[in-house]
Amino acid sequence: MRRLLGRIAFGFSILVLIAPAAMVFLWMLSLSLKNELDNTAYPPVFIPAPPVWTNFEAVFERNDFLGQAWNSVVVSFSATGLAILFGVPAGYGIARMQATRVAVVILIARITPGLSYLIPLFLLFQWIGLTGSVVPIIIIHLVITVPIVVWVMMGFFEGLPAELEEAALVDGATIWEAFYHVAMPLCRPGVTVAVILSFIFSWNNFIFAMVLAGRESRTLPVAVNNMLTFEQISWGPLAAAALLVTLPVLLLTLLAQKQIIAGLTTGGVKGG
Amino acid sequence: MSVTTAPVAAAVPGTRRRNYARRYWWFIAPCGVVVLATILFPWSFTLYMSVHEWKLGGGRTFVGLANYERLFTDERFQLSILRTLYYTALAVVFPMVLGILAALAFNQKFPLRGLARTIFILPMMATPVAVALVWTMMFHPQLGVLNWLLTSVGLPPSLWVYDASTVIPTLVLVEVWHWTPLVMLIILGGLASLPQDPYEAAKIDGATPWQAFRHITLPLLTPFIIVALIIRTIDSLKAFDTIYVITQGGPGTSSETINIFLYLNAFAYYNMGYASAVVVVFFLIIVALAMLLLWARQRFKDAI
Repeated sequence: MRRLLGRIAFGFSILVLIAPAAMVFLWMLSLSLKNELDNTAYPPVFIPAPPVWTNFEAVFERNDFLGQAWNSVVVSFSATGLAILFGVPAGYGIARMQATRVAVVILIARITPGLSYLIPLFLLFQWIGLTGSVVPIIIIHLVITVPIVVWVMMGFFEGLPAELEEAALVDGATIWEAFYHVAMPLCRPGVTVAVILSFIFSWNNFIFAMVLAGRESRTLPVAVNNMLTFEQISWGPLAAAALLVTLPVLLLTLLAQKQIIAGLTTGGVKGG
Repeated sequence: MSVTTAPVAAAVPGTRRRNYARRYWWFIAPCGVVVLATILFPWSFTLYMSVHEWKLGGGRTFVGLANYERLFTDERFQLSILRTLYYTALAVVFPMVLGILAALAFNQKFPLRGLARTIFILPMMATPVAVALVWTMMFHPQLGVLNWLLTSVGLPPSLWVYDASTVIPTLVLVEVWHWTPLVMLIILGGLASLPQDPYEAAKIDGATPWQAFRHITLPLLTPFIIVALIIRTIDSLKAFDTIYVITQGGPGTSSETINIFLYLNAFAYYNMGYASAVVVVFFLIIVALAMLLLWARQRFKDAI
């Protein structure tokens, strides 16, 4: 009897733990599927009956939502791709050279507030006339993605025994061949972690595009924030837009939970 | 995984070892150029700007340390520091306590554990702007669902972010919701690495579960708790997105933290020089904490 009570209490405490997370997302979904009358009803209407799609239609009609989604995709993919291109070899080099000081710079870069990069780079982009397109946004997103990739890969290569590559070197391979043919194939799981984290933090980033984007180069988080500023009362379309912005990331989290947890706990620091 | 533990290629001793290692610079060089341009250049340029009176669109004049001196007399800046400390204190304590409790719970085996854990960590990955938007709607004093919840259990409604006295705790609520999962994951990783022997010994000696927790789990978890504590402190100090989207520092200036103050000075008042001085001070605080983090990793190297 006491054990049963203990179990019920434990189950209840788990429910209490996950309720806030679940409720906020469910409320977001609920708001996005109700008409304006139900959304502003008091007491609140919880279950959309029947669910309506008008909010999502409004999002796609009223704003250049698809264009902004495309900007977000271009920025996040480019920033992640470039970071992998530069960051994977660098992580390898740092691990093999045991370059502790470089690692410290990368760590500090990871945890420095984004605004400290934004002010100087904003001025720089203005000087060289690089404004209005997505190019400056991609460049500044490297501030987030490169340190994440280097950090994750560094940790990963450090955990990889060097013997295999040394054997290849003894057999006459160059260090590039040893890297490309021996280390790279082994580190694919690490690259997956790096890509996922880098993509998510780039996708979620708000402040960089907020300052740097012109009308044509806004990313989704900026677009959604602008909606809040200009349409404070229409909750349905707002919730629908918010849901659409965060949905790719939530799906990615569901699919790649293991990699995300591995990357965040060994890397230890979040990005942004 | 510590920064300073690297694999040993001890077979090649002395200078040959060093020459051998030096060739790996070519792997780092391309990335080094990127880091130089996007990270190190902004840092040094900020330092340069901070000793100038630098108005966007206007001219610039060298003013030495005047911007820093101004920080000492700027009441608005000092208040923003106090608010940041208040925010940080709350946004560290609550996620730490809740995160440790959650990690202990998720360390038990129970049905649907994987699903429960997935739901629990979702907030951490969600887009901050999107989340902030939903919270803004929930905080609405008349139509928000939170006040309905409060009144339906007999509590008085709150003004949430619309009142100077409740705005910071309310913003902390969002931060706690957002980042408790990260603390949970770090501690859960710690729990997974604990050895089983001491527990068996304690059981034989007749220790109660609380005694086992107090005298075995807690001491062994300390390194993980310290790492989580430092990370949480850094993240709370630099919190920006949710505060900016929900209140933009308001009402009035009552939720204006250092980061918001910084943003407004740079991009609303275009005081680039003054904002840069704030960045430098802020940066030094963050670097000090980063050093503390490295020290903690080094100190507890064997455990992490």
